Amino acid sequence: MRHIISVLMENEPGALSRVVGLFSQRNFNIESLTVAPTEDSTLSRLTVTTIGSDRVIEQITKQLNKLIDVVKVVDLTEGDHIERELMMIKLKATGQMRAEIKRTADIFRGQIIDVTPNTYTVQLTGASDKLDAFIQTLGTTNIMEVVRTGVSGLSRGEKVLSL
Amino acid sequence: MEQLSGAQMVIRALRDEGVKHIYGYPGGALLHIYDALFQQEEVQHVLVRHEQAATHMADAYARATGKAGVALVTSGPGATNAITGIATAYMDSIPMVVITGQVMSFLIGEDAFQETDMIGVSRPVVKHSFSVQNPEDIPSIIKKAFHIAESGRPGPVVVDIPKDMTNPTDRFNYEYPKSIKLRSYNPVSRGHSGQIKKAIDMVLDARRPVIYAGGGVIMGDASTELTELAKLLNAPVTNTLMGLGGYPGTDRQFIGMLGMHGSYEANMAMHHADLILAVGARFDDRVTNGVDKFCPTAKIIHVDIDPASISKTIQADVPIVGPAKHVLQEMVGLVKESKKQPVKEAIDSWWQQIEEWRARHGGRYRTDDSDKMKPQQVIEMLSKVTKGDAYVCSDVGQHQMFAAQYYKFNKPNRWINSGGLGTMGFGLPAAMGVKMNFPDEEVVCVTGEGSIQMNIQELSTISQYNIPVKVICLNNQSLGMVRQWQDMNYESRHSQSYMESLPDFVKLAEAYGHVGMKVEKYEDLEAAMTEAFSLKDRMVFMDISVDPFEHVYPMQVPRGSMRDMWLSKTERT
Ligand SMILES: Cc1ncc(C[n+]2csc(CCOP(=O)(O)OP(=O)(O)O)c2C)c(N)n1
Ligand SMILES: [Mg+2]
Repeated sequence: MRHIISVLMENEPGALSRVVGLFSQRNFNIESLTVAPTEDSTLSRLTVTTIGSDRVIEQITKQLNKLIDVVKVVDLTEGDHIERELMMIKLKATGQMRAEIKRTADIFRGQIIDVTPNTYTVQLTGASDKLDAFIQTLGTTNIMEVVRTGVSGLSRGEKVLSL
Repeated sequence: MEQLSGAQMVIRALRDEGVKHIYGYPGGALLHIYDALFQQEEVQHVLVRHEQAATHMADAYARATGKAGVALVTSGPGATNAITGIATAYMDSIPMVVITGQVMSFLIGEDAFQETDMIGVSRPVVKHSFSVQNPEDIPSIIKKAFHIAESGRPGPVVVDIPKDMTNPTDRFNYEYPKSIKLRSYNPVSRGHSGQIKKAIDMVLDARRPVIYAGGGVIMGDASTELTELAKLLNAPVTNTLMGLGGYPGTDRQFIGMLGMHGSYEANMAMHHADLILAVGARFDDRVTNGVDKFCPTAKIIHVDIDPASISKTIQADVPIVGPAKHVLQEMVGLVKESKKQPVKEAIDSWWQQIEEWRARHGGRYRTDDSDKMKPQQVIEMLSKVTKGDAYVCSDVGQHQMFAAQYYKFNKPNRWINSGGLGTMGFGLPAAMGVKMNFPDEEVVCVTGEGSIQMNIQELSTISQYNIPVKVICLNNQSLGMVRQWQDMNYESRHSQSYMESLPDFVKLAEAYGHVGMKVEKYEDLEAAMTEAFSLKDRMVFMDISVDPFEHVYPMQVPRGSMRDMWLSKTERT
């Protein structure tokens, strides 16, 4: 099953490489990874999406917790949560396709953020499957370039991941 | 406040941490530190002949005392030479602080002379690492390094220090912190009482219990508590390779080591148990054999300081995260208070069964299939001559398994071996590390003619510091353990498992100024060994010829259950 694991860690040099190293060292899978400092500049927040059996996910959270730089770990998929990913997608946009892309982007609540005579660049935010659906709808022939941030997420309601 | 240079702070911090010996080897990046070392007398430096040996000496000191050992190595090749030793300590959860020199900070990343990314290279085999970026941080980083290395599940910590951080002309206020707190690191100090109660309830209902105790009992200083609990329960105890000595080896309730080369009775008891109380052990693959067939009828209670060890390979029914000592103390208290007592009839008949198993195999081996001495005989003699009381530091191979099986350890911290990584070359420096700190104790290195050559250069360090260890080399003229597998699985095609052109070890020992002895016949063994141990202040190298064709038994059949074993070259369970 797919899990979204959120990690609060010391914003120290080398901390990220310990997390990434752990995943490769222990043969855990990484689907996506995002990381940035939080409002407290001494802490960064990392979100990793991974796929694995319950036993593997348990090992992942335990092993992450063992890293000295890691302050807290939570598996967001264990409870209600919100996840978002941002995608920018550059498309060939000529002739009829210009209108078609515009329409599809509207339906997906995307924005066209760059325009040239032959291209559109669309920005889209949402859960990963929505971004996948957008790609599928437009078909690969028109796609010139795709860049995705990877998933970020947090728990719904009052629950927070903090010190 | 005192003003010290970075280099002086390193040495002063070690002193303030209570460190007496450090093991190391100098180089460009460490010159300031070595100069600071030269100008004081409290911290003694031991100059090894290869950095790997420095790490093993520090590691063995830690295994014998429970306190972190310290190694000091230069950047680049010094640091990479230390990696095997760091990995060895990591796999066995041994506290160690390894200080590595680094090129000057402004050169980092430029492929400077003797630059290696030590933080990167060591990352998978350390508990944590620090790179010094301000000289003022040196005292607190060293304090943190010791705290992390020694607490929780112990492990090695690397402190990488760029040369310019130790500049003798830059001075800073020095104060060694008394204690340290890390917001992201809080190892548990006690087990969950509810879980412990639940566990004891199950233990008291068990009809066929086994206590399976590992290195966590040794490093967690819990062997007294373990022994007390086992006695109260009248339960059989098996130790892992790392746990030997955690329960007295000559006690009736001790059923031997378990696992791949475990005793027949230990493996049988595990397989048939209805309850396994695992303490400070990690169900490693050399213990469990095929995990799908592991102990089919047993409920499992797993006590470990590291939550990640619990349910990693074998699902625990009752997980207890906590230090072995505390959890066992609480268990002892509960059993004493409890109205419920162990089920006497059931336990009695369980013991009857175990005694039958013990009588059936019980560590027997043949002496009539060769005119050569048997390695097992040598270990039994060693146990006799040293009264089972020596520190036995082993290398890796058949000799290691024979030592584990036939030397009876009655005390913890006396069996010192590389269990997890299986590092050939560990034994001699390990023995040196122990002997330097326990000069009045007998310290033995049990080795093979293969392993000893992996750190033989340390015979020179032994001369320099006069470290009178005894080397018991079980010379079978082959990489015996490799050869055994080739006999069993590759129709005896002995690919590269011979040790040809062996040196004359007697002459070699003598060349370094030590005593060499060669023993070929069993009749001569006792006298020779007694003589060797009577030479209190001399290092003695005993080169003992043993049967090259001997195998280690029992040996579990790969991917079988605990009870599937070869008992000799011809018998199987
Ligand atoms: C550094 C290292 N290299 C290779 C091995 C693989 N290995 C395990 S046991 C062994 C043979 C050891 O030979 P020896 O020291 O003579 O011991 P014996 O088995 O003959 O008693 C080898 C090569 C190892 N454990 N460590
Ligand atoms: Mg050999």
